[in-house]
Amino acid sequence: MTEKLVEAIVEMREEDSAHITADLIESGTDPLEVLKMGRDAMKIIGERFSNGEYFIPELIMGGQIMSKIVERVKPLIKEKQAVGGTTTLGKVVIGTVKGDIHDIGKNLVTFLLDINGFEVIDLGVDVPPAEFVKAIQESGAHVVGLSGFLTLAFDGMKETVQALEEAGLRNSVKVMIGGGQIDEHIRNYAAADAYGNNAQDAVSLAKQWIGG
Amino acid sequence: MFIYPENWNSLSPDEKMEARFDYWISGAGVKFETAKAEESYRQGAQRIKDIIQLKKPDRVPCIPFADAYIAEYAGIPYGDFLYNHEKAAQAVIKFHRDFEPDYSMMILGPGKMYDRLGMKTYRWPGGDLPIDTKSYQMVDSEYMLEDEYDQLIANPEGFFMRTYMPRAFAALEGLRTLPSLYNAMEFPMLPMLTGMLAAPPVREALQALLDAGQLTAETRGAMGKITNEVVGKMGIPPTLGGFWKVPFDIIGDTMRGTNGIMLDLYRRPDKVIAACERLVPISINIGVEAVNMSGVPIAMGVLHKGDDTFMSDAQFRKFYWPYFKQVMLGLMNEGVVPAAFVEGRYNTRLDVIAESGLPAKKTFWMFDKTDMLAVKKKFGSWACFGGNVPTSMLLTAMPQEIKDYCKNLIDTVGQDGGYFLSPGADIDMATPENMHALIDAAREYGVYL
Repeated sequence: MTEKLVEAIVEMREEDSAHITADLIESGTDPLEVLKMGRDAMKIIGERFSNGEYFIPELIMGGQIMSKIVERVKPLIKEKQAVGGTTTLGKVVIGTVKGDIHDIGKNLVTFLLDINGFEVIDLGVDVPPAEFVKAIQESGAHVVGLSGFLTLAFDGMKETVQALEEAGLRNSVKVMIGGGQIDEHIRNYAAADAYGNNAQDAVSLAKQWIGG
Repeated sequence: MFIYPENWNSLSPDEKMEARFDYWISGAGVKFETAKAEESYRQGAQRIKDIIQLKKPDRVPCIPFADAYIAEYAGIPYGDFLYNHEKAAQAVIKFHRDFEPDYSMMILGPGKMYDRLGMKTYRWPGGDLPIDTKSYQMVDSEYMLEDEYDQLIANPEGFFMRTYMPRAFAALEGLRTLPSLYNAMEFPMLPMLTGMLAAPPVREALQALLDAGQLTAETRGAMGKITNEVVGKMGIPPTLGGFWKVPFDIIGDTMRGTNGIMLDLYRRPDKVIAACERLVPISINIGVEAVNMSGVPIAMGVLHKGDDTFMSDAQFRKFYWPYFKQVMLGLMNEGVVPAAFVEGRYNTRLDVIAESGLPAKKTFWMFDKTDMLAVKKKFGSWACFGGNVPTSMLLTAMPQEIKDYCKNLIDTVGQDGGYFLSPGADIDMATPENMHALIDAAREYGVYL
């Protein structure tokens, strides 16, 4: 049944996934075990995305199936159990920079970082530099991802990196940027450490910097 | 305004396209101030026709699609293009006077009209975005619900009027109760229709539409001024006469939203396909209407959700491309040149498009980050293309780097004609030196012997 659930999720069989989850719970499977199957499935979906077999529809659909499983299983998990669960590779703060409200790319990166074992603090869209600074100070994250689809994000990224500098955080935090018009020219312009062409690049960079 | 000649319906698609080109290139309806302006306009328009037909004009044309940069260069906030038309007109005129681009750009909008209708699908500078924001932006959300496909398919215009518009525009709530126009068919039935028009919510919505019309008309003075100066006096022709959309993007952008449409591919794929099919003639009509109005025979579709990274090749071939192609064919049948602005990357899509049997010498493709050598190889024999100068470079590079980049494009993919030089996306930020470098590059390196 374990494999059946993972397979149903990976193959995007939404109703099957719900039925198998219900069966597993009724037959007394540890809810944490069910969650783990879900995470295993997400990991495979993430791998297929990185290999170019899966695309945005599958990430969104997979995420939707998973959140329904979490919804079903969560009330059954005792709080203590949940806390003692997973260890993360490290924290990453992410957000779409000031002035830009696009979130498709940012959400992909968040999803992939999450299933690859990072704790992601997603600040949402149109995030002012000060909020990035605050989130990094509060979380102690050593990586920040700045997203932006529009060309106006060039300046939002630059200002955010400057704000990190002014807050004395620049040396302790690595900055990666990504989005539609982002390339090496803008990495240099914004004084970021690296840029990514796709969501997978963000995972590679984060692993390189803090995930070993 | 392009008026159909009496024999329009008996013309072939080729003859229709020729008639539209003739109208545009002749400058009919433009008041030229000098013979030189008229000559320059015709030469510019003819160059575009030449490249579409894969000929070599005298030189490579450069279309420096500038948007918010026009405001930045004039030192005014982008929001003035929506709210201060006098300043905006001056900025557009200044841009064209100083840079002397091959083609003209008009960026002006009725900000108060958007405010009056309370458009929820977009945010814009001077609306609820700061006035100096360099772009308007789509609010990606669900404006059509997952169970509304059948309503859209059964009656798209009715769905737009009574369900979509009340949801997408705060001031049009009252359209929900707009009665069926079919009551107009009989004497005793008509009062059923007209009686409902008196209901306060309907009246409020209709009043909002009347006001919107008035507020839009108020931009005419500034538009006319720009046309007189830029087209009539400087002789710089426009290149784009209207827009159309790929049916999948119509549903995915401002109706179901990204999340919604991606889930629909799995949950109700047949409905997505049926809706895409239904939207084909509607998209064609949007393009034809706009081209008739502007008199410029090229209509552009900005491609969004079919990019390499958005969906698989199988999904592209099933949901995106068939209806994209049908819209292009429909536009061509009406004599309109379909242009596609390919945002992002289309490296994996070039084959299916190139092998689809689209008619040669009738389309126009602008690429962003797609591999231009591959484009040349796969499109060069049948379609005109350009694009790819990075907007990042226009902001950050030195002028010589821009020139080198352009020269390399011209030398490697533009050497045989059927090619235009342009940025890979609209220019919102740049340096004046780099704008000059882009425009000059076509003149310096793009002359065909």
